[in-house]
Amino acid sequence: MKELMPFLKEMVSIAGLSGYETPIRQLVEETWRPLTDELHVSRLGSLHGLQKGEAPKGSGSCHSIAFATHMDAIGLMVTGVVEGFLRVTEVGGLDPRVLLGQPVVVHGRENLLGVVVQPPANLLPNMGPDTTVSVEHLLVDTGLLPNQVSRLVHTGDLVSYAQEPLELGDDYLAGHTLDNRVSIAALTYCLELLRKNRHAWDVWAVATVQEEETMAGALTSTYDLRPKIAVAVDVTFAKGPGVSDYRAFSLGKGITLGWGPNIHPTLHKMVKELADKLEIPCHLDPLPHRSGTDAYGMQIVAEGVPTVVIGIPLRYMHTPVEMVAIKDIQRAGRLMAEFAMQLEPEFVVELTEK
Amino acid sequence: MKTKRGAISKDLPKLRSAQIQLLERLCNAISVSGGEGEVREIILEQVKPYADEIKIDALGNVLVTRKGIVRRGDTRRLRVMLAAHMDEVGFMIVNDEGEGIFRFGVVGGIDSRQLPGHAVKVGTDHIPAVIGAKPVHLVEDSDLKHVFPIDDLRIDAGPGNGKGGKIKVGDWATFAIPFKRIGPSLRAKALDDRVGVASLIELVKHAPANIDLLAAFTVQEEVGLRGAGVAAYAFDPDMAIVLDCTPANDLPDWHGEENIHYNTHLGAGPAIYIADHATLSDPRLVRFFIETAEVQGIPYQLRQPGGGSTDAGAIHRQRTGIPSISISVPTRYPHTAASIARFSDWQNTFSLVYTSLSQLTFDVLVGER
Repeated sequence: MKELMPFLKEMVSIAGLSGYETPIRQLVEETWRPLTDELHVSRLGSLHGLQKGEAPKGSGSCHSIAFATHMDAIGLMVTGVVEGFLRVTEVGGLDPRVLLGQPVVVHGRENLLGVVVQPPANLLPNMGPDTTVSVEHLLVDTGLLPNQVSRLVHTGDLVSYAQEPLELGDDYLAGHTLDNRVSIAALTYCLELLRKNRHAWDVWAVATVQEEETMAGALTSTYDLRPKIAVAVDVTFAKGPGVSDYRAFSLGKGITLGWGPNIHPTLHKMVKELADKLEIPCHLDPLPHRSGTDAYGMQIVAEGVPTVVIGIPLRYMHTPVEMVAIKDIQRAGRLMAEFAMQLEPEFVVELTEK
Repeated sequence: MKTKRGAISKDLPKLRSAQIQLLERLCNAISVSGGEGEVREIILEQVKPYADEIKIDALGNVLVTRKGIVRRGDTRRLRVMLAAHMDEVGFMIVNDEGEGIFRFGVVGGIDSRQLPGHAVKVGTDHIPAVIGAKPVHLVEDSDLKHVFPIDDLRIDAGPGNGKGGKIKVGDWATFAIPFKRIGPSLRAKALDDRVGVASLIELVKHAPANIDLLAAFTVQEEVGLRGAGVAAYAFDPDMAIVLDCTPANDLPDWHGEENIHYNTHLGAGPAIYIADHATLSDPRLVRFFIETAEVQGIPYQLRQPGGGSTDAGAIHRQRTGIPSISISVPTRYPHTAASIARFSDWQNTFSLVYTSLSQLTFDVLVGER
């Protein structure tokens, strides 16, 4: 079994902003190769790994279930170079208030270290006291001379968080991009379990692209693979400083199952019962509107796909210091594997006709 | 008085990788005002073989004396105090809320906007932790415009590290970003004033023989220049030079106008102080440093007179008055997680101070101020 802590640290240290996932895909590809029977890259760059099911005698093919974990990360993109400093815009949803003083890597002609800075007030448009600035007012300083910057950095270059991951004791990790590399870790754990166990269904492990921007990966991979069941695995809010209401769950105390319009009720119930049977702590995550996961896209592909949302609680989502419990990742991976294993060859008929 | 062109340059110590490695150790240490022990240990280890005398005073200042050589005809040598502060801005754990979550207080001047989203390290064991922020998904649009209230922020070491008393109320903490060289620049927390400390360590190691060098590695500069005053009283020097960092606000203006409030520019050499909020530099010393820089061809700049303060603010008013000046390495973004300075500015600052010290005589203070 792959050790989850070092694997996660390796994954978050590799770039892969939405639309530019190649570096992280290469690592996941390498990791999944021994765990899959087939491995494809979609036209938009999502990774599809197949673990073949054992088809019943006489029938040639199996139904398939897809587990979707998005591999893209939020970050910044260069919009211009001014006097050796970079102006930037967001890739994905960012709170500019967490950017000040953040170490970053600028992916120019070379990878350059930098820091995001807010210029002094007298250099900015007049803003009231106690207000913050938007991303367009911030600059990235690479420490290089203006002529070096002009040569090495161009509009459109990407900027990734560079905060190094922090092990907080044996079971907790903090760092950027744990959303959603933790789910790739869970899916990898699931593939390892499935390798050693019989399953009647084909299992597609999917590392999707562009979840943070357009859901293009979830939509197109689902169309491509046509799974009978699609499971989105993503992070959900953990309770912590500033977050205590019904939308958040205790860190390290179990995973969540989404409930709402993006989720098929029968599947939800099945997975919940399975979790209870396995004594995997699993909390109901009410998602009255859109789920904010790949399931939102996958559900409406082609003639429609029944979906499940599994959540891994994470503190400080979309900051460079997200925090997760390794235990919850293992719980998610195990539940995914057990769910795939218990699917009967003809179960899907029951699901769509009832 | 005259300075001698080129007389010093062949003896001038250079800052090389050993000095940069020492600066790295100093920057990565936790040495928040009131808890300067970690940097003090490094200084003691470094200066011990070179010092004629070392004292640690009641506040924790490290006072190092390196005596010069009395020349024929002199009754004594010029006593020159050099000060660099050991402390940095940071945090103190003030309440344990359980499950690894701690309330903290800010030590020194840190803009609270610089806190959310950062890694920190806590206590003498440098326990890793973070200052998180509410996920942007849960923030109302109208709140995005407002600064996170500091009362809503916590240091979070994770439920695992929260156990076993690894972190205690009263522990100091700082930003955790490690020192890095980036191109011609240095990026680290606490360059203010570890650059000054590193320079002063080198000066103790290479003290010019024409003066008594009185090195004060001071405490509590960031909470009101509290260490430097008692250090100056104890040394009772003829004059004082403070080695510090000063902001370089040399960023582009949003509207494309000329930035006329830059304070200093990175890459333009040591910043000589004429006046800040706490000190009017001794004009004889200002003239002497400028003349030395010009004669020796060392780049320098005049820090824009204005706000801010250094240990000179406490030193110059001590006893019957001590002629004082500050010379700083220009530094972008001091008091944040990651400040940036140019290596060449550090080298030129060191060259200017070393060269000036080598040429100092009683004459510099003879004329009227």
